[in-house]
Amino acid sequence: MVTSSATTGTAQRLAAGLRLPIGIVAFLALSLAVLGIDQFVNALTLGAIYALVALGYTMVYGIIELINFAHGDVFMVGSFIALFISSSLLGNDGSITDLPLLAGSVLILFALTIGIMALVGALIERLAYRPLRRAPKLAPLITAIGVSFILQNIIQFFFGPTIVSVPQLVPIEWSIQVAGARVPLLNLFVIATSVLLMFALQLFISRTRTGRAMRTTSMDRDASSLMGVDINRTIMITFLIGSGLAGAAGVVHGLYYGNTTFSLGFQSGLKAFTAAVLGGIGNTAGAALGGFLIAFVEVGASAFGYGRWGGAIVFSLLVIFLVFRPTGLLGSHTGDRA
Amino acid sequence: MAPLLELKDVHTYYGAVHALRGVSLTVDEGEIVTLIGSNGAGKTTTLRTISGLERARSGSIKLKGKSIQAAEPHEIVRLGIGHSPEGRRVFARMSVRENLEMGAFLRKSGPDVQKDFKKVFELFPRLKERENQAAGTMSGGEQQMLAIGRALMAQPKVLLLDEPSMGLAPILVEQIFDIIREINSRGTAVLLVEQNAMMALGLAKRGYILQIGEVTLEDSCSKLAKNPKVREAYLGV
Repeated sequence: MVTSSATTGTAQRLAAGLRLPIGIVAFLALSLAVLGIDQFVNALTLGAIYALVALGYTMVYGIIELINFAHGDVFMVGSFIALFISSSLLGNDGSITDLPLLAGSVLILFALTIGIMALVGALIERLAYRPLRRAPKLAPLITAIGVSFILQNIIQFFFGPTIVSVPQLVPIEWSIQVAGARVPLLNLFVIATSVLLMFALQLFISRTRTGRAMRTTSMDRDASSLMGVDINRTIMITFLIGSGLAGAAGVVHGLYYGNTTFSLGFQSGLKAFTAAVLGGIGNTAGAALGGFLIAFVEVGASAFGYGRWGGAIVFSLLVIFLVFRPTGLLGSHTGDRA
Repeated sequence: MAPLLELKDVHTYYGAVHALRGVSLTVDEGEIVTLIGSNGAGKTTTLRTISGLERARSGSIKLKGKSIQAAEPHEIVRLGIGHSPEGRRVFARMSVRENLEMGAFLRKSGPDVQKDFKKVFELFPRLKERENQAAGTMSGGEQQMLAIGRALMAQPKVLLLDEPSMGLAPILVEQIFDIIREINSRGTAVLLVEQNAMMALGLAKRGYILQIGEVTLEDSCSKLAKNPKVREAYLGV
């Protein structure tokens, strides 16, 4: 970089930095105008769930360049763990109208599910992926598909192959009026929880020592270990966090839709993966952005009567991005490795 | 007294490729030692094996008489071996300051670390000027300075330098070598891998010639520089 271009460089960077927020605001305004408040809130809610799952895909890819095909199933298992805790341990079978009790139950549900799924994720990494750390990249990829099947079969064994209902703890009737439309508190709760978790993750990655170790390991593993970073520990923490977030998404999914099924991870998992790619795989902010983008595309398709085409449109988008912009909206991950 | 760093008959493989075929060398306290050889001789592999990035299949690696060959790379850094790797490998998207902070990753931040920031900025005033610039946008020479500075932030007893002159203009090479001398005079032992044999032999006290994974010659640098075989093969005379 030549020094004389420094000032124009700063201006350009500023413009580039503003392009994204302006784009997002414009996109949201347009969506709101086209979809109306109801559908807009639906899209935000769906996007929040996709984003939580997409984060796990992107974090793991960022750090070991593995597309963890089992991650969607970790999300699915999370939804079943949440179901088990909610109905069997806490004895819920419907909504709770007593606010302190509701808050307590939801808190316990989140804490336990996130904790359990974080451990499950770390265990999967330890047993299935770490032994293959020095193997060709295809080996862990195939293993991931195997883990995906194992998780599906385990859940099928215990809960059966059909759709099962999950207690919707937050009463669906609770709502607020926004500009003449009824917005369920449940949706706002889902959105707020996800945004909070994503914000916490960003803080963790940018501010803590472990977060810095995660960033340097994803940039250059060898150089990072020469700084004294324990690579195995860092990778394990990445799986802990990604799987914990998928667990949170599982809780949210159950509360919001009131059901789950063993094949949930395949469909939603693929969409979350698509979200990660659209945002720029390896980039956490990108994954969140991609999650919301896909939700808006899907909800938009249904709003115009093409609901059955939602999946096709989303995956076409995936193909288009892979062909024309493989680094995604925010990604520069592949470029960095030159 | 046991040497600071000692390799005995170290064998390293890349898959089926026998990269190091019994490398033995020592680095004593306060010494600059150089390892010279052509491309593919195993210089980088030797350094990577010392740092634990590659596993030695047999032989022994000792730091102050204690075996380190079973240790993980991050443990080896803690024991006092700093490594400025081939190709510099700075963290491109992080600032110069963040890169140096990563160098001190294992240390508690405090006045000691601040003092080392000062020392590194004294050695490399250029880095001070670029403190907040993303490392990936700097020139090759500046990145080399950063890679060395970053390794120093861990307060190593031995500093492994892999081709610090690679891709640099001659004037910068002189500058980097002056700085290596300065670092050494402050008490850090240096194991220097170089293709620029002329410069390396001028700087180091002792040298090893590495050929196809084996040490074929070891001597004081003044003698190596006079050896006709060395002159022909590495000095282009």
